[in-house]
Order: sequence, then structure tokens, then C-alpha cells
Amino acid sequence: MAQVSLKNIRKVYPNGAEALTPSSFDIGDGEFVVLVGPSGCGKSTLLRMVAGLEEITEGELTINGRVMNDVDPADRDIAMVFQNYALYPHMSVRKNIAYGLKNRKTPKDVIERKVAEAAAMLNLNEYLDRKPSQLSGGQRQRVAMGRAIVRDPALFLFDEPLSNLDAKLRNQMRIEIKALQRRLGVTSIYVTHDQVEAMTMADRIIVMNAGRIEQIGTPAEIYHRPASTFVASFMGAPPMNLISARLDGGRVMINGDTVLAAAEGSGAVTLGIRPEDVVLGAEGSISFHVDIIEELGAHRLLHGRLADQEFTIHVGKDVEAAPGETRIALKSDAITLFHPETGKAL
Amino acid sequence: MKRAGFTARWLPILLLMPQLVIIAVFFYWPAAHAVQSSFFLQDPFGFGSTFVGLDNYKDLAGNGEYLSIAWFTVIFTVLVTFLSLSIALLLAVKADNVLRGAKTYRTLLMWVYAVAPPVAGFIGLIMFHQSWGPLTELARSIGWDFKLGVNFNDTATAMVIVSVWKQVPVNFIFFLSGLQSIPKSVREAALIDNRSASGRFWDVTFPLLAPTGFFLLITNITYSLFDTFGVIDTMVKGEPGNNPMTLVYKVYVDGFRGNDLGGSSAQSVVLMVLVLALTVFQFRLVERRIHYT
Ligand SMILES: Nc1ncnc2c1ncn2[C@@H]1O[C@H](COP(=O)(O)OP(=O)(O)OP(=O)(O)O)[C@@H](O)[C@H]1O
Ligand SMILES: [Mg+2]
Repeated sequence: MAQVSLKNIRKVYPNGAEALTPSSFDIGDGEFVVLVGPSGCGKSTLLRMVAGLEEITEGELTINGRVMNDVDPADRDIAMVFQNYALYPHMSVRKNIAYGLKNRKTPKDVIERKVAEAAAMLNLNEYLDRKPSQLSGGQRQRVAMGRAIVRDPALFLFDEPLSNLDAKLRNQMRIEIKALQRRLGVTSIYVTHDQVEAMTMADRIIVMNAGRIEQIGTPAEIYHRPASTFVASFMGAPPMNLISARLDGGRVMINGDTVLAAAEGSGAVTLGIRPEDVVLGAEGSISFHVDIIEELGAHRLLHGRLADQEFTIHVGKDVEAAPGETRIALKSDAITLFHPETGKAL
Repeated sequence: MKRAGFTARWLPILLLMPQLVIIAVFFYWPAAHAVQSSFFLQDPFGFGSTFVGLDNYKDLAGNGEYLSIAWFTVIFTVLVTFLSLSIALLLAVKADNVLRGAKTYRTLLMWVYAVAPPVAGFIGLIMFHQSWGPLTELARSIGWDFKLGVNFNDTATAMVIVSVWKQVPVNFIFFLSGLQSIPKSVREAALIDNRSASGRFWDVTFPLLAPTGFFLLITNITYSLFDTFGVIDTMVKGEPGNNPMTLVYKVYVDGFRGNDLGGSSAQSVVLMVLVLALTVFQFRLVERRIHYT
């Protein structure tokens, strides 16, 4: 178990690229933190610095109060699961799992017991004597998990561990990893660019963009109260609708229709609303033109135009909808306003 | 998978013909010739030959000089192979640490090394030049009166050094590319699993290099046995005297200097059998183990 703390951690690669601007956050004991963001935003860089695989340019990393900046990866009491699993191709599954323990001078009988436990937990019993090349992707993934578990680390690090699996297996492993982490209570940092993984697995999400932390919060906070238009449009599928609006005399107006009363300030704003927070109906105050209806079984997505800007509505399967003019209303407590230039939430 | 086949019998044979002809003319024909003449005693002046059965082979087995040359060849091969491989591996590991990720640098270095071997062999010889070779002078400065081509041990040492010198760059390239093809994440996983750098090398890096290493082992043995002919020839200069030589050179000396075609043919048949055995061994092992993925 561990508390992890990053203070103004910065990374500049030898070629001069600043992959991470000074960033700080703390992770509590047993917490599952997910780092999410688009490709190249610096997630792996951050994780690898925690692991000790990448040098920390500036700042201080502590695990359980101990400064780790210059500690050897093998001495950080961590376990890491890599995207391509990074199993030792010449070792059997058993040896792969036991290798870390063997190097820590763990007694033979303890190693055997731990490997057996991990194999039982991960349904690997029949594969212990196979080489990684004789396993399916999902099985390799389990071996990589096993290798991490047996070490009883203070901290689990995952770098997109599920991205090489097919969709079905990914859903299954997602639930298994989360359940395993709950059971073992090990502090974890999990990197992904899949926002569904982030939403479903995290105790807290850290959204990153271009080497910066955009927002840190629980999945609900991130989803319902995004700190910026970037977070609003990155999290959620389909993403939050972002519409230019005007703030005038305490009211937010779109195309002359009032959508929200009692807002302070004046001038241009960006209005954000999730597709499911829009109500379809004749009594709505705003006109909306439906172009395309996307049928998704349990629900429908109506794509169209509102005040000449793209807009999407999410409705239940039993709601009648047809292309053409219709009227909608926005749930006023679900509206977030953003600064039109900086994109920061107001 | 669906197998595509030839409809006409003659077509595949026709397509293979050029290759078959080349093998026949340049390998089977001379080989058969050697086997045949190893059963005859050739008149040194070219006036006919007499069938002597296995006498040529019996002579070899009872010939003290031949046996000591065979023994020298074994020692020479073991030394050259071991030194070429271990020095190249050491250099490759050091270079790999520096070169991780620096792609262009790596390619440039490879080029230099790819051009080097023939040049390196030549330089190696210059180093041992009797009157002004730097290595000869170095030996003299520490009181070792180095006599290339005169003293048996001195000549043998120089042979080993130059042969190793010539082969190291080739091995280096193979080892380096073998090292660079080990996935970065596997090394990183080892970094987390094992504190000791030498432990990581022997547990992870070395086994993953085994396919490369095994291939090089066979090529290096073959190199030491056969391709060192040039090096030995330059040092011995066709004057056997008291000088060390390997079996291949002995074939040449007996056949072309001593005009004992029968005996020399018997020797080359022995070498052919050796190569055959090595090849069979290589295929067996390569098939059996040593490939992962
Ligand atoms: N060794 C390196 N040298 C120089 N720049 C690097 C190096 N590794 C990564 N970068 C750069 O740092 C930035 C962050 O890379 P990083 O691998 O952390 O991204 P990521 O968020 O993990 O992306 P992905 O989701 O694609 O894995 C990228 O712009 C990348 O080009
Ligand atoms: Mg990454």
C-alpha cells in the first residue's frame, strides 16, 4: 500500500521536447487513479517516471514519504504491466511470474505458493509450463498481471494494458482488473486513452492534454463538471455539445432564445450541455433541425443543427423522432458555461 | 493454407536447372573427383596413378605431423571462435547501451563496420610487420622478441590475433542487431524485476541472443577452419618449416607444394565430412530449439 506524491514533476527529453510541464498531484492509499488523454499528451512519460524507467527532469517524486527520484526501478516496490505485456519470451509462464521473486531472494516454497495462488486467481493453471508464444493475447495479459501480483508491490502501474485485446475481452479484463485491485487494495496508476476505461475503473481521473493536467476529479466530477472545453469534448461518447451563446442581462441566449436565466456577466460564452440533458418536445423553447438519426438499440442519437451549429441529442428508444424541424429544451442545471477563448469553465 | 502446385512435371525441374547445374559443376563434381583421387597414389611428375585403396587415409591416421596439425587446428578454432565471439559481444553490449534510440548514429556505425573486415585483416597484418609493425615493436618493448614466421608460438599468436581481429566486426554487427531487436519493454520489465545488471544480462539478454549466438558460433567455427586460409598464407608464405598451420592449409601445402594429390585429396575428404557433420548439427539444433516467437 502506498501514498504517491508528485511535486512539480517535469520532463524534458534529451531532444528538447517538453513532454510534461511541471505537474503535481497526490494519490491516496489504495486509490485507483486513471491517467487519460489523447495520444502523445505525456501519459506514458509520467507513468514511466514514476516507475523509474525515465529520468525526472525536475520536481520530486515520493512514495510513502520516501523521495524516489534516484532510486533504482527494482527498489521502488512497484510492478508494471506493459501494453505489449513484455513477457520474457524464453521463459515459461511459471518462470515469468516467479522471476521478480527469485531475484528478491524469496524462499523457493514461498515462490511456489505465490505462483500457484496467482495462477489460480487468474485461471492460468493449465498454462504454467507453456512459453508466452503459445498463449493467446488474453492469456498473455493474465500472465503479465500475475507477474505484477506475486510481488505484492506497493504500487501497480498499468500502461494501456488492454489496448491489444478485442472489445469483448477488453470489457471482461477491465472488470477483472478492477475487482482484483479492489480485493488486493493496492494503489494503482492506470494509463489509457479509452475514456470508457477511465470512467468505469477510476476512483479519480486525471485528464491530460499536451503535457499538462487539465483536470483531476472523480469520474462524476469530470463528466458533469468539466473544467475546460477540452475535457468536455474528450470525455463522453458522444461528447458534450459546445455551442456559442451570448450572456446578456443575466440571461444566456442562443439565437435570441433564452436558455438559462440568472447567470452573471455579459458577452460571448461557450455553452456546454451533454446530449442526454436535452429534452425533446413541442413545449421546448429552442428550435432544432434533425438531420440524421443514429439507431443504437437501447437509445437513439439525433444529429442536427442548432442555431447553425452542430448539436447532438440522446433520447430513449421509446421517444418518437423524425428528421426535420423540432423543438427542444435544455436542463438548466446541466449547463456548463466556458470562456469562449480560453475554454476554461466559468 | 491452399497449396499451389505445378501441373507439368518438367516445369519445376526446368526452373531448378540453373541452380542444380551450378551446384553440380562447382561442388559435386570436384567433391567426387577428390573422393576418387583419394584412393589413388599420384605420380609426382604426372605420369599416371596407381589405385591404393584406403592407404592414403591410413597414412593420415598414422602420420604424427598430420595429427599435430589437427590438434593445432582444434586449439586455433576454439581460441579464434571464443575470442571473436566474446570480444564482439562485449563491444556490442557497450555500443548498444549508447545507441539505444539513436537510429541514424547506429546506421552509420553499422556501415563503417560492414566495410571494415577486409581492411581490418590487412591492417592486422601490417601491425605484425617484422621490422616496423607496431605490435611487434610493442612486444619487443616488453622484452618479447617477437619473430613472426620463425618462432612457432609467436606465429601462432599472431595468427590468432589477426584472425580474431578480422572476424570481430562481423560478429559485432550481428550481435548489435540482435541486441537491438530485443523489445525495449522486455528489458524494462527486467529492470523492474532484477536489480543487478549482470543478472539481467545472463537471465534475459543472453538467452534472447541465443539464436544469433548459435548462428555465429557455427559461422565462426567454419571461419576459423576454412576462411583463415588467407591469414595463414600471408604469415607462412608457403614455407611450412616450423610454422603452425591448420588442416586446410595443409591440404594446400601437400597438394600444390608437395604434389601429393592422393594424400591431399584424402585430407579434403576428411574436411568435407567435418563440414557435413557441422551442418547437420546446426540444422538439428536450429530445428529443435532456439527460436522463440
Ligand atoms: N524518448 C523520447 N524522446 C523524445 N521525445 C519523446 C520520447 N518519448 C516520448 N516523447 C514525446 O513525448 C510526448 C509524450 O509521449 P508519451 O509517450 O508520454 O505519450 P502518451 O500520452 O503515452 O501517448 P500514447 O497514448 O500514444 O501512448 C510525445 O510528444 C512524444 O513524441
Ligand atoms: Mg503511451
